[in-house]
Amino acid sequence: MSASLTSYMPVGTAVPRWRGALLPLVLLAALAAFPLVAPALGLDFYVGFVRRVLVVALAAASLNLIMGFGGMVALGHAGFVGVGAYAVVVLSDAGTTSAWVVWGAAVVAAALVAALVGAISLRTQGVYFIMITLAFAQMLYFVFVSLRSYGGDDGYTLPMRPALGLGLDAMHEPTLYWVVLALVALVLWWLDRATASRFGAALAGIRDNETRMRALGYPVYLLQLAAFTLAGAMAGLAGALLATGNSFVSPSMMHWTQSATLIVMVVIGGLGRRWGGPLGAAVWLALEEALKLHTDYWHMPLGVLLIATALYAPKGLAALADLRARSKP
Amino acid sequence: MNWILVIEQLLNGAGYGLMLFLIAAGLTLVFGIMDVMNLSHGSLFMVGAYVAATVHVHSGSFAGAVLVAIAATVFVAALLEVTLMRRLYGRDHLAQVLATFGVILVADDAVKMAWGPSPVMAPTPALLAGPVELFAGLPYPSYRLVVLVAGVAVAGLLYLLVNHSRVGMLVRAGASDRWMAELMGVRVKRVFCGIFVLGAALAALAGALMGPIMAVQVGMGESILIPALVVIVIGGIGSVRGAFVAALLVGLVDTIGRAFLPILLRATLPPSVAADLGPLFAEVAMYALMAAVLSFRPAGLFSAKA
Repeated sequence: MSASLTSYMPVGTAVPRWRGALLPLVLLAALAAFPLVAPALGLDFYVGFVRRVLVVALAAASLNLIMGFGGMVALGHAGFVGVGAYAVVVLSDAGTTSAWVVWGAAVVAAALVAALVGAISLRTQGVYFIMITLAFAQMLYFVFVSLRSYGGDDGYTLPMRPALGLGLDAMHEPTLYWVVLALVALVLWWLDRATASRFGAALAGIRDNETRMRALGYPVYLLQLAAFTLAGAMAGLAGALLATGNSFVSPSMMHWTQSATLIVMVVIGGLGRRWGGPLGAAVWLALEEALKLHTDYWHMPLGVLLIATALYAPKGLAALADLRARSKP
Repeated sequence: MNWILVIEQLLNGAGYGLMLFLIAAGLTLVFGIMDVMNLSHGSLFMVGAYVAATVHVHSGSFAGAVLVAIAATVFVAALLEVTLMRRLYGRDHLAQVLATFGVILVADDAVKMAWGPSPVMAPTPALLAGPVELFAGLPYPSYRLVVLVAGVAVAGLLYLLVNHSRVGMLVRAGASDRWMAELMGVRVKRVFCGIFVLGAALAALAGALMGPIMAVQVGMGESILIPALVVIVIGGIGSVRGAFVAALLVGLVDTIGRAFLPILLRATLPPSVAADLGPLFAEVAMYALMAAVLSFRPAGLFSAKA
């Protein structure tokens, strides 16, 4: 599977360092300013929407780490998002009020579950890996469906958001938005560093030629497991942030179609590309939101878009940047 | 333990297993021969169920409804094969997942447009509404019995087709080594087109037969797809025999788990814990079975690849 995904995908970029950092910084500034200008533009509603996009972008980026950089097509990533979300529910229900404790616990819980799932799944390859990750996500899904003390199938409404402390009010929408933005930006920056590191290079090496990396003495299984666990932990954080923002969690967020949607986002954005996950998440959610405004049948255009992407643009939107770069003298 | 109940549940499990087999047979051949991961197979099942329910209500003939459902689904599948599936051969699994997931989204909305978002009534044929006495003291719904018999009959026909016909030989050759089969002059692509359409017909038949037993609604394809995938992975991708054995296994494990695990747990655990764990174990049993099989036989029970 890993070798057939793509023969070559760039890990680093050839542009000068400062130019690589400019666009993200401008984007970060624009996103940070959004809640300030939104009321003036009558876009208050979209502060919550952009916050959700940021969180889903984090989940998609974490999936891109294992799928794009690591070549592991996992069809169960929403399961880890769900574990993070339910960690918030369980701890809040038990009386924990600090958001930082709750979020930290969510990350640890998701990492532990991911390590366990990865340890077993990574013994298989190809289609069997897809299927076994799917099976584990389904098991997690049914675990939370059957937990009637936390709402079971109907989900669980958090009575209040966990407190941020430090003089920050979680119930104030822009404050929560900024905290989420800061966390997501930090994790994405760190993820970018990780993929450009020796660890990231080794991971990409395993994707491109596992046999050769094994022969070179790399601990293939452990490296893959580390990446899988990391991705699970980040997905858990995304789940915790989603649960905090929505004040509502239900098993439907871990349904297998959600895992498939995350894969779709990554591929649309650009598999193994630096901004593939966030770009795909933003495009997908924005399209979904826009289509929902106009029609009840918003699945259909998205489905057509998917088929077209698979047939005509399998490298995703981020690959368009290559075309532009090539056309320049 | 009440033996009547046990036999009844065994029959239910076998019936569910046979329907799973009808869906999984097409899926495993498509997968095994062309290495195409087709998530949209469940949508064909859904189309079959919807068309059958509608035709049955309007015409009053159940047999006619089943035939029309199969014909309509075969038409849809042929269209899908010519326009999309053909272009997905030889692509990586990711592109196939992406495109066929797109087909699911389109199919769900198309069905919602045609039939509306609420579930459609699929009546049991009037002739088969009552129970039959299998033997003294064991009444069993006659419709479920017909489903069981139909499943066994189709499985038998499929066995003859795959194992004792020239076409079946080509199919098996393609599944065990596609390149070698092509080099020997088998037109694998044409065989595949036939297999895809045959698989669609079987899925439609399962949809039409399952309609009166389960809810005919948007999303039914996605929920049946996962057990079908579990079946083909347990059975070994590309093996019809494996799919048959695995489908019965999954059908029995799932049904029996659902019926008896809660009773068993209630006898041993406090009621509140049992109420939570019973349904959980029942739902998870199938996946645990798959994980167990894969850990002992990583390529499934009857892998088609030599």
